[in-house]
Amino acid sequence: MSQADFSIHGQVSRTSATEIMTEPAFSVPAKKMAMWLFIIADTATFAGCLVAYGFIRNATPDWPRPFHSIINVALMTFILLTSSLTMLIAVRSAQKDDKAGAFRWMMITAVLGILFAVLHIREWLGMIGEGATLFHNPWGTPLFSSAFFSITGLHLLHVTGGVVALIAVGIRYQGGRYNADDLEVTGLYWHFVDLVWMFVVPLIYLMNLSH
Amino acid sequence: MAAAETHSHQSGGIGKDVAVYVCLLVLAGIQFVIAYQDISASQMFVRMLSVAIIEGGLALLFFMHLSENRGLMWFVVIFTVAVLLGMQYGWTDSYRLIDGVPWSH
Repeated sequence: MSQADFSIHGQVSRTSATEIMTEPAFSVPAKKMAMWLFIIADTATFAGCLVAYGFIRNATPDWPRPFHSIINVALMTFILLTSSLTMLIAVRSAQKDDKAGAFRWMMITAVLGILFAVLHIREWLGMIGEGATLFHNPWGTPLFSSAFFSITGLHLLHVTGGVVALIAVGIRYQGGRYNADDLEVTGLYWHFVDLVWMFVVPLIYLMNLSH
Repeated sequence: MAAAETHSHQSGGIGKDVAVYVCLLVLAGIQFVIAYQDISASQMFVRMLSVAIIEGGLALLFFMHLSENRGLMWFVVIFTVAVLLGMQYGWTDSYRLIDGVPWSH
């Protein structure tokens, strides 16, 4: 007998009413749903930044194109995409109750995240060495470096937070306090960071490549 | 409730994950090739954004497993697209700034 039949005949028991009230949205566990809501909100944050960047780039004559090489950004992209794959392997390992394997792949993902951050900071230091700051750069309008450091900085902040989360969740998973669901939720965040980079690279780097 | 909280084994295997990963690498490579094409900025923008949207779609559907939950997929897509579309109202003003005022020339 379905839940509807219960209510039609006036036989709604406390148990079935509770089941109706606690049925998770889209049959997704609450913590996973919370992560999806965070991802949607964060998408709006990044989209706001990228749209604002597009607006000022479109409205500014002689927008600077200071990037000479794609090697660093290509390497960073490769590392971040690979870290998404290692995260997937970690989650699949956890779902097969391979605790050691899941922890190992989780830490590999964190190391790749750290490598990405190091390359990113090295690139920043190179640009700062050329005279670029948040409010000034030697190539033209200061809006360029404002947009560049703000958007890539926001992304770098997300990567850094993600690395901390990967290590913390990995350790707690190994200690038995977290399970495969927690790894999957962390993985969602990590894939989102990767997804954002897919838009940051073409719009911030490749569109500003000097030919 | 119990069914939802018990973790679900994701469909497909590691082979599917690797295939999607390779597709993403290829698409990222295409973006780098587009960067060196001798085309206008607007053409480059459209091409790069198109590739990025395909990349994002693949990541959402397969890495983030939205393809396995149709209801959640539509919720995420409709909500996000509505927000993104809401942000597009200012573009004409950016053209006014660059084309329509004396100091922009």
